[in-house]
Amino acid sequence: MTRVFRTVTWRKLQWPLLALALVLLFNLAFTKDFFEFTVRDGRLYGSVVDIFNRAAPVMLLALGMTLVIATGGVDLSVGAVMAISGATAALLITKADPGVPAVIAASLGIALVAGIWNGILVGVFQVPPIVATLILMVSGRGIAQLLTGGQIITFQNRALEFIGRGSFLGLPFTMTLVLLVFLIVVFLQTKTAAGLFIESTGDNETASRYAGVNTRAVKLMVYSFCALCAGIAGLIVTTNIAAADANNAGLWLELDAILATVIGGTALTGGRFYPLGSIVGAILIQTLTTTILTKGVPVEFTLVVKAVVIIAVCLLQSEEFRKLVWRRKVAA
Amino acid sequence: MKALQRNIPFLATLSVCVLLYMAAGVKYEGFFSARVLLNFLSDNAVLGVAAIGLTFVILSGGIDLSVGSVVGLVSIVLAILVDGTGLPPTLAIALVLAGGTIFGAGMGTLIHYYALPAFLVTLGGMFFARGLGFMIKLESMPITKLNAIVDGMTVSLGERYELPATALVFLVLLALAIGVAHFTRFGRNVYAVGGSEPSAVLMGLPVARTKVGVYALSGFCSALAGVVYTFYTSSGNPTAGTGLELDAIAAVVVGGTLLSGGVGLVAGTLIGVLIFGMIQTIITFQGNINSWWTRIIIGLLLLAFILLQKVIQSKKLRTH
Repeated sequence: MTRVFRTVTWRKLQWPLLALALVLLFNLAFTKDFFEFTVRDGRLYGSVVDIFNRAAPVMLLALGMTLVIATGGVDLSVGAVMAISGATAALLITKADPGVPAVIAASLGIALVAGIWNGILVGVFQVPPIVATLILMVSGRGIAQLLTGGQIITFQNRALEFIGRGSFLGLPFTMTLVLLVFLIVVFLQTKTAAGLFIESTGDNETASRYAGVNTRAVKLMVYSFCALCAGIAGLIVTTNIAAADANNAGLWLELDAILATVIGGTALTGGRFYPLGSIVGAILIQTLTTTILTKGVPVEFTLVVKAVVIIAVCLLQSEEFRKLVWRRKVAA
Repeated sequence: MKALQRNIPFLATLSVCVLLYMAAGVKYEGFFSARVLLNFLSDNAVLGVAAIGLTFVILSGGIDLSVGSVVGLVSIVLAILVDGTGLPPTLAIALVLAGGTIFGAGMGTLIHYYALPAFLVTLGGMFFARGLGFMIKLESMPITKLNAIVDGMTVSLGERYELPATALVFLVLLALAIGVAHFTRFGRNVYAVGGSEPSAVLMGLPVARTKVGVYALSGFCSALAGVVYTFYTSSGNPTAGTGLELDAIAAVVVGGTLLSGGVGLVAGTLIGVLIFGMIQTIITFQGNINSWWTRIIIGLLLLAFILLQKVIQSKKLRTH
């Protein structure tokens, strides 16, 4: 673990950490009280805590997305799955109220079904991942709308709202959830063969299959896990506002999740993956958004910033671009 | 026989389209009217124009996620150019079309020369165009100065019916696109690059020009879709075309074009767009179905066609 940390992970983490440090330095200099922390009712408050709390859904999505991208795929349906899981929770708690554990189990179960669906299409039927997950992306929000009947379902249940609003050990409970999922991913990567199987599937699927790796099962697993992460993220978003908004829950978050993963150093072509990098990527995106908001710049500007970040990250990862820059330096 | 086999996805789409049309015509009174048919064309012109450009990108083995955002950007820029600065409408339209083409060519350059994934570059383009549109103006604004052009382009069909300008643009572009795809060198190169890029390189085809050209064409079509949107709604709106890229991809795939590139017909995209429009119209005629079923049915159709394509592909592999 420490060896892996020192070599590859650190090199991949340099750029996102540098960018994050720059944004934080900017805030240190120009944003008043950015690094202030206050404790109220036994819970820590402050801009930094707020960034972590708001980034939680994208961090969870990015962790799931990292595994999917590591197999050379992509999951476009996570936003729609978030909407479905949120709608399921709100519907159950208002209509039947079978108790909070059952509600959580049901909404995560539905998310898991969505993931298995994606996994079967990609793994068994060999449908290109963009297309396979596009199906659920297009129709998933429709399914969520049918569940909620086109309304925004509001509910009141303190126990359920704890997921999105509660605090644990003085920090937002969402951070505990992210940490748990992160530890699971790191455990899979470093202590079991699953991480190796995922990387080898992404590196060379045919060779992995000949080497005896059940690439279908690997794909089924990563898409299921990704959807499960989306289900948790959906629960967080829904319970945070105590309402299921099938139209807007998780809208465009699939793109943020992909962006966070790519910033974190995991290449879209598959292979090596960096869960910590994805977490840093998600925090970087949220810090940028929060900075832009607190500076009073129109929030729409974040879209342009994100676009520039995507292209910059791509260019930095591109062999051709590096060659070009390198050659110029030699010429000069 | 081989030509028949290659066109099975297209034939399947065509039969679904005809069956759907017949079934709806039998079930709903007034569905068979020329007016409903004309409305298909004009209501789906924005989607259709964008999908035609996207067809070329997908045929070349790429993807363009920026189409919807470009529609929004063009729509608000056009409204401001015409109403705010008083530029002659035709000049303003020419400007935004050129802008869209350059935007697409820029993305194509990044994709080809730096070997970046099309998915990510056009994702960046999508964020960029949408953000730029919002920064220019947040709310939609009505414009009336384009009405003269729209009226001038309306074709009268007999006494009772007329072909709206939006439908005219769609049909003319469709005819041009079919010509370009099947009767020009560029069109053949697009199919060749989509079939196998390394082979195209080895054959000495101008791969760079083709790939950049395909994205430039898609940028042009997206901008044209933005102009059509502005015609259709008489307003500029930076949120126009939200989610349009997905509908367009769905229409292209349902139209029988393989997402792996190299196989497909521009005419298939027309059928895909018509199926899209028909499902929406049927849901409107039925009246008591939740409109969200549209998306679910489109999802199911996508699934059916993708699985059909898989079956055909695996058969092909076996015969080789």
